[in-house]
Amino acid sequence: MRIECPICGSRDRREFYYQGAAVALDRPAPDAGDAVWDVYLHLRDNPAGETRDLWQHEGGCGAWLVVTRDTVTHAISAVELASDVKRAMA
Amino acid sequence: MRIAGRGMIDRRKPVSFTFDGRRYSGFAGDTVASALLANGQRLMGRSFKYHRPRGVLTAGSEEPNALVTTGVGPASEPNVRATTQEIYEGLAVRSQNAWPSLDFDVMAVNDLASPYLGAGFYYKTFMWPRRFWERVYEPVIRRAAGLGALSGQPNADAYEKAYAFCDLLVIGAGPTGLMAALAAGRAGADVILADEDAVMGGRLNAESEIVEGQPGQAWAAEVVAELAAMDNVRLMPRTTVTGAYDGGMFGALERVNQHRARRGTGAPLECFWRIAAKQSILAAGALERPVAFANNDRPGIMMAGAVRVYLNRWGVAPGKQVAVFGNNDDAHRTARELAAAGVHVAALIDCREGVRVQGAAYPVLSGAQVCNASGRKELEAVTIRTASGEHKIQADCLAISGGWNPSVHLTCHLNGRPTWNADIQAFVPTPGAVPGMRAAGACNGVFSTRGCFVAGLEAATAALEALGRKPVAINFPEAEDAAYKLEPLWAVAGKGRAWLDFQNDVCVKDVAQAAAENFRSVEHMKRYTTQGMAPDQGKNSNVTALAVLADATGRGIAETGTTTFRPPYTPVSIAAMGAGGQGKGFAPERFTTSHAASLAMKAPMVEAGLWYRPSYFPRGQERHWRQSCDREVGFVRNAVGICDVSTLGKIDIQGPDAAKLLDLVYVNTFSSLKVGKVRYGLMLREDGFVMDDGTCARLGDQHYLMTTTTGAAGQVMRHLEFVTQCLHPEWQVHVISVTDHWAQFAVAGPKSRDLLNGLLDAPIDNASFPFMACGAVQLGGVEARLFRISFSGEHAYEIAVPARYGAALFDLLVARAEAMGGGAYGMEALNVLRLEKGHLTHAEIDGRATAGDVGMEAMVSDAKDCIGKTMSERPGLRDPKRGQLVGLRPVGAVKQLTAGAFLFAPGDEAIRENAQGHTSSVGFSPDIGTFIGLGFVTRGRQRHGERLRMVDHLREIEAEVEICAPVFVDPEGGRARG
Repeated sequence: MRIECPICGSRDRREFYYQGAAVALDRPAPDAGDAVWDVYLHLRDNPAGETRDLWQHEGGCGAWLVVTRDTVTHAISAVELASDVKRAMA
Repeated sequence: MRIAGRGMIDRRKPVSFTFDGRRYSGFAGDTVASALLANGQRLMGRSFKYHRPRGVLTAGSEEPNALVTTGVGPASEPNVRATTQEIYEGLAVRSQNAWPSLDFDVMAVNDLASPYLGAGFYYKTFMWPRRFWERVYEPVIRRAAGLGALSGQPNADAYEKAYAFCDLLVIGAGPTGLMAALAAGRAGADVILADEDAVMGGRLNAESEIVEGQPGQAWAAEVVAELAAMDNVRLMPRTTVTGAYDGGMFGALERVNQHRARRGTGAPLECFWRIAAKQSILAAGALERPVAFANNDRPGIMMAGAVRVYLNRWGVAPGKQVAVFGNNDDAHRTARELAAAGVHVAALIDCREGVRVQGAAYPVLSGAQVCNASGRKELEAVTIRTASGEHKIQADCLAISGGWNPSVHLTCHLNGRPTWNADIQAFVPTPGAVPGMRAAGACNGVFSTRGCFVAGLEAATAALEALGRKPVAINFPEAEDAAYKLEPLWAVAGKGRAWLDFQNDVCVKDVAQAAAENFRSVEHMKRYTTQGMAPDQGKNSNVTALAVLADATGRGIAETGTTTFRPPYTPVSIAAMGAGGQGKGFAPERFTTSHAASLAMKAPMVEAGLWYRPSYFPRGQERHWRQSCDREVGFVRNAVGICDVSTLGKIDIQGPDAAKLLDLVYVNTFSSLKVGKVRYGLMLREDGFVMDDGTCARLGDQHYLMTTTTGAAGQVMRHLEFVTQCLHPEWQVHVISVTDHWAQFAVAGPKSRDLLNGLLDAPIDNASFPFMACGAVQLGGVEARLFRISFSGEHAYEIAVPARYGAALFDLLVARAEAMGGGAYGMEALNVLRLEKGHLTHAEIDGRATAGDVGMEAMVSDAKDCIGKTMSERPGLRDPKRGQLVGLRPVGAVKQLTAGAFLFAPGDEAIRENAQGHTSSVGFSPDIGTFIGLGFVTRGRQRHGERLRMVDHLREIEAEVEICAPVFVDPEGGRARG
């Protein structure tokens, strides 16, 4: 498996640290309530199809990435800098 | 039996090797199998279960019978296929799974007991008494059945792993692969051509056919030479592509030095390649399949295609009287070529009716089948069944062809399923099963040489197009273009055991029995009979076995389906896959700048993550580590001690929003910290549990230096990068690890300031440098950083210098300390000192502790948000019944405490349900004069003075303990401020 780091180019997956679903970008407000925090921290979809993960190019530039991939075919359709994705959310 | 004038061996270069201690001679270019056959040695192994005598069946990596052990001692390697192992001078080969010898194997008695050893025998036979399974039955069965054994000694050979990148990976260098590589190479693509054979050419080297007016072998050599001369083409002979993975990745094993004596050269034995290819062409060829009939495993019975390989590639006749049996035209080719080479062909037996051969010099039996074989260690005769009855003919070799199975394996590695093709009675790859891969030639069901050339060129053209390159016109070489005609024949009816899986001793009756016992799914049949589960993974037997299963269950073959092909295609040694990971290679070693000095002082080193740190510094008469530790604790409490603390993570944080970042990641506030001051901070995970602790110094208005624990440095760095990139990319702040840039030493004890003032260019005092102060200092002209912080609770400092000065400064500090009645201290003393002060390590903040558990809930600022704050307020994390940090001291007869022991109320039974807490760290305190410990006890803070029973079930230690405050020395903290 290879991941196309927007900064470093195509690299072996061993250079990357896998974190989990990209929902981690959407940190709730402190007073959002238990239900919202529970969803943010614990509840994860398990789709057969497209999913968005957070990876860090730990063995490279250190950039956090949002990787869009298909859990059925393992095809990676997009790799974006997490900072760009977060800015676009604002 | 060599045949003059044939073969690609170098007859001017004889090579001698040994097989079971006996010396044999072959030629350069021979494999173990070809050289043994040339010497008339048919018997090469014993079978897995029945210990039947076995000879070589094939001429390639699919070989099920001729598995041998090469080398001796630690260099020995089991289960090497004699068909692929090239011989070299001095090579020692041993047979396997036979005792006392290959020729006379006492375990062959299993063959007589075969009625009791059929499929699933061990599920049924060895059920009683139950405890006998582990102690008696299993060990006996394991000893009786099996293949080669490991030496049991450490592997002394070198292995390598490497990455390669290309536009196009061509897997297999037969006619298809050569044509594809040639087309892509001439078009300028970056090509890797990999083939498991030592000589590229595939079947062109195995047949005696004419390509473009010259022998196929010569044509192949010419193309290989042209490819070798191209800068954009890499040839990888002796390299098996073993697996296809996601994103165009392939695994490949190169046998770099398996073909020559290599001991002591340091060169790797094997290299495991990871190849990243934009496009790939599978040109893996096809494997010929046997036909099952009674005793079809006798030595001398071989694949018809393999007989041609031995004849044409190595100039070896596998017998003096060869019978040929098949269901297709390819069998005829073998008979023809044998006769042309002057080998006596006893008969050509074709199961198809109405087959005629014009001018054949041997009897042709049409509509006939071979139904039995006789001879035990060597084939003597075969029984032929025709419409008019059965008769025997003399033969010492039988060449069989049941048709060809395309090598579809790699196209199934990403969960693709092959497609049944009734025309060739075989499975072919399903297009698109592996993205970017095209299967072409024989592995795609195309069996003529010309057809393969066409397929190779087409596949290369399509791959070039996908790569955005222009193909170059290529002339087709003239070659054989015969149609492939066969009639299905899987198993000849009759009594007696007819082998399907030679390597795992699975017969037709075993598959029939599995079906009868309702293991009708092909996956169930495989597991019940073990068909296809040997090292060859059923390369010779899978399709035939499922055809037999289909027949037994009344289904079609397509409906029955195949089992799943998984990587690796051929066995890969763990040593190659894990190259570089043996011994110290498993994890890199990180050394501090004082490492050499610590070793010179004979300090035993302990691992802390990847770091190595001194545990204590032994002196003169000391016989026990505790004596050294007690002395070193005394240095710090009474004089001055020196300890290298460089392994702690150091993260430099700069920018206008640096304070905002720290306020978010620490529970307490850092924006209010004054420049030139240090503060202790506690960090939570978002789920409310403690992540790490440490100090953070404000070096400037927009400049902080964070320290982490040694073990959590990587995690904290990643966490800060997560917060700055994923949560607040709008903040102007940068973080960078400077752990390796600074060497940092604790100077701790009442005489620490005196020691420092002897070294600093400008002396300090309590007013200019109070407790928790920090700042830049100069040390002999070197810019240094000084922090007045204390893990030991004493008047202490940490001094940091650029790492290049670390070794010199450590030596200087230790010398000065020794002159003042102190010296270096190690991890043991460091641990005792912090225990006496109740300071935390990851033994306490173990991922399950909250700020409240460790008594720091008051540090969590009400005035701001921080990571983990919301979730730390969950009722379960605020439960007063949670374990709270306490001190523990022994009060009964037993004075020893142990870490990880459970705590119980004095009257309670020592079982999990009654546990009131546990001990987290313990040590002997020379100041208190007893063991002391830290631990967690439910409602512990209200229970100081209560007594509990400590039980260590593992070490079988029990002690009575008293709960106390977790600070044993100087609870007011006056010493650190003094």
